[in-house]
Formats: sequence, structure tokens, C-alpha cells
Amino acid sequence: MSTPSPRAFAAPWEAQVFALVVSLQEAGLFTWAEWADRLGREIRPTDAPERAADYAAWLATLETILSERGVTASESVAARTAAFLRAAAATPHGQPIRLENDPLYRP
Amino acid sequence: MSHDHAHDHPHGSDLSPVEARVRALESLLTEKGYIDPAAMDALVELYETKVGPHAGARVVARAWVDPDYRARLLADATPAIAELGIGGRGGEHMVVVANTPETHNLVVCTLCSCYPWPVLGLPPVWYKAPPYRARAVIDPRGVLAEFGVTIPETTRITVWDSTAETRYMVLPMRPANTAGFSEEALAALVTRDAMIGTGLPGTVPPTPPEMPV
Repeated sequence: MSTPSPRAFAAPWEAQVFALVVSLQEAGLFTWAEWADRLGREIRPTDAPERAADYAAWLATLETILSERGVTASESVAARTAAFLRAAAATPHGQPIRLENDPLYRP
Repeated sequence: MSHDHAHDHPHGSDLSPVEARVRALESLLTEKGYIDPAAMDALVELYETKVGPHAGARVVARAWVDPDYRARLLADATPAIAELGIGGRGGEHMVVVANTPETHNLVVCTLCSCYPWPVLGLPPVWYKAPPYRARAVIDPRGVLAEFGVTIPETTRITVWDSTAETRYMVLPMRPANTAGFSEEALAALVTRDAMIGTGLPGTVPPTPPEMPV
């Protein structure tokens, strides 16, 4: 073995974003060339300095593509995000955070 | 009447806004059948535990001991790397560039963060950051100095810009005093940064001549 490999991801959400992008690329939603092009645009906002191509940028790029392709509308992502935040607040510390724990959850 | 807030008002769980957004996407995409959570978990485990620079180090060590392999690697890297059972996503078209006394190679992705995953794993944070992306091209010698790497003034530096289609890896020069080393021992000298070009392989002190008994 060479020098110990640094950790691939700084936080579990980074790993989840990576896995989402790879899964959707392999499902044929976009090519890697398209991905690099969109990520390159995401990190070069017209009104702000260039940013890192980190997993936060991956997440923003993915949300843009999904919204454009009509896969997940931004309103439904926002609503589901709010539901997870309510579910977390209602979940005792240490227990898995499930959508069902959202007090407003309706199956 | 006692007021024990820790017990009267149990705290919920912490979920940051970004964590909640990722969970939201994951749950919506699972419902729509775009992704399979079990496959996602397997992917994460693969990149956390299996894929990493140790794979690239095996390629480099083989090239150091086997001149025919080295020639194949430099001529057409992807199949040569596949000979060692290494390949897959992010390594569909690999190019390996060899350091020589005349030329030092440095790899960057000026657009975003394209990187040869099968041989190096996922890129370090600095590789994805604007300063490296910008300065590797403008001032490669200054960048190398920040990594503590000094190469002779007479050595030319060539910068290679990785893209989604073509991803570069550096074949560093074999360190001195390693004659007779096994491939495994040689691979242990190869660092991730040496294969990006921002580092050099480990050095080996000369073996002192045996003292007469």
C-alpha cells in the first residue's frame, strides 16, 4: 500500500451526492461530458467569484439538471426538504430520521 | 417543582439544510424509480474502501520493473491499466505521461474536477479549488513550491488539462537506490500527489557498504 488514502468524503451527505450523480449518469440521465460542462458553469456564477467544484456544487448542479429535465420540480424538492427537517426535529436523538416522523406526514 | 429541561423537552435530531436537501432528492428519486438505495450504498462503500491511489501505485510499480509494460502504458494507457484488473467509470480514456529528467508533468482540471477515479480514487479538496485550477497553468513552478517540490530549473514543466473524456495520470521517475525492490515495495513509495505531479515518490537512502567482519 502507498500512503494511507485520505477519506474520500468529508461527510456522509457528500457520499450520497456522489452516489446520486453516478447512479443517474449510469441511468442515462446525462453523459459525463454534459456533467462536467454543467458543473463548470455552476462554479462560475456571473455575479460572484469562481467557486470550488466540491460536493455542494455537485448538489446544486444536480438539482438544476433534475429540475430542467422535469424529473424533480424544485417545489417538490423544497417541500420534501422541509418535511425531513420537521421529521428530524421530531425524532429523538440517536434514532433514524424517517419521513414518517414528520408530524405533518400523510401516507 | 423541579424543571429539568433535558427531560421535559427531549431534543430532536440534528439535520442540516444540506443534509435534508440530499435526503429529499434521494427519497423522491427512489419513489420515481430512478435510483436504488442498495446500489447507492454499494457505490459509497466502493469509493470509501476499495478505489484509491493504491491502484495507481500498482500501475506505476509495474511500469518501473517491466519496460514492455511501460511502453504499452505510455502508448495506450486504458488497456494497459486494465491488464492489472483496474478500470471502470471515470477511467474510460486514460493517458499516462512520464516524468523524465527533462520534463516534469502536472495534471489539473481547469474546468471543474475531472480526475482518473479508477487509479487515484476521488480528488482531494485542493484539486477542486479555484486557486489550484487557475495557478497550475499560470505558475506551475510556484504551485509545486507550495507543495514543497523543487525541480531543477533546467527541467521543463508540462501541464495537462483533464476533461470528462481524457484523464491524465503522471508516471513519476523511479527513485534511486531501489534496485532489487519488489513491486510491492516500489508501490509503497508511490504517493497520490506523485501521480498528480504535485509530489515526488518517496526516497530511499543508499545502503551503506557492508563492513568487513
